[in-house]
Amino acid sequence: MAKVVVVTSGKGGVGKTTSTAALGAALAQNGEKVVVVDFDVGLRNLDLIMGAERRVVFDMINVIQGDAKLAQALIRDKRLDNLSLLPASQTRDKDALTNEGVAKIIAELREKFDWILCDSPAGIERGATLAMHHADIAIVVTNPEVSSVRDSDRIIGMLDSKTERAERGERIEKHLLLTRYDPVRAARGDMLKVEDVLDILSIPLLGIIPESQEVLRASNVGSPVTLSAPVSPPARAYMDAVRRLRGETVEMSVPSEKLGVMARLFGRRVA
Amino acid sequence: MSSIFDLFRRRPTANVARERLQILLSHERASVGQEGLVALLREEILAVIAKHVNLDRDQVQVKVERSGDSSILEIDVTMPTAKSRMVAGA
Repeated sequence: MAKVVVVTSGKGGVGKTTSTAALGAALAQNGEKVVVVDFDVGLRNLDLIMGAERRVVFDMINVIQGDAKLAQALIRDKRLDNLSLLPASQTRDKDALTNEGVAKIIAELREKFDWILCDSPAGIERGATLAMHHADIAIVVTNPEVSSVRDSDRIIGMLDSKTERAERGERIEKHLLLTRYDPVRAARGDMLKVEDVLDILSIPLLGIIPESQEVLRASNVGSPVTLSAPVSPPARAYMDAVRRLRGETVEMSVPSEKLGVMARLFGRRVA
Repeated sequence: MSSIFDLFRRRPTANVARERLQILLSHERASVGQEGLVALLREEILAVIAKHVNLDRDQVQVKVERSGDSSILEIDVTMPTAKSRMVAGA
């Protein structure tokens, strides 16, 4: 059965879009049929991070308003044919995103894909609540930093009250994805530790993505980091996170640069 | 007055971040939880009164006021007067 996942955070700039792209690609690299959906109407960016910005013809609002069929708006990834993107509208008013319209699209996507990853806009307004509304699973992206942790706490409260599952009295599965983590600074006592964040937010940990220059390099070229630098620490961390998401038990670690000779020689060049 | 020695004397800050968050969030969770509680109380109080008296929804006010360690639950219900009296009074 298809799973609807919302990638959310409250705070902006913590890595929601980067993580949506990387997790979506990693799931597809594992053979799953995946669609990544941009909910950030007016400020879409998932198309750019996925490297599909010049292929956008129709968007989600065109589909909701009946100007295009869903199949016309979906953009199939050039690297992985089991990965698709549904872009957000860049020009329309965000009020054009209706609850009924979104519900219809999600229902249709459930027929076609195994995983539907919804990239939430920042904030706690309509766009964010619509993105989480139909989710079965939530991935809360958090930086080890006070304002991000506070906003994540707020979002967790909303997940437990404003989603369809919560309204039906069911539980929504929640996972923490800690991004931009620097184990050296954490060990030195200058950054919140993984345990500190887990202690405060008390939701299970899906993965720890280390701070890495590979993430910016990947966005520069419009490729999810799991595709552009598959053996880099962040890519390995996203791959592990996806295995956990699929139900495997993978020991928790923060992948680091220490690689074998072969990976050192060839790892960076794979694109 | 900062010097190169400050680099070695800098105190860790993560524990401060953790403590500040713990204090802040315990407050914020309580107040957000209370918003939900107030809405729930209002609905249930309305339902009980509506069983016996016919009244408008906006004539029931439920408030929680926090002062120090305790909170005061304030319920304000404006009961409608008997119709005949309203007519007589008009």
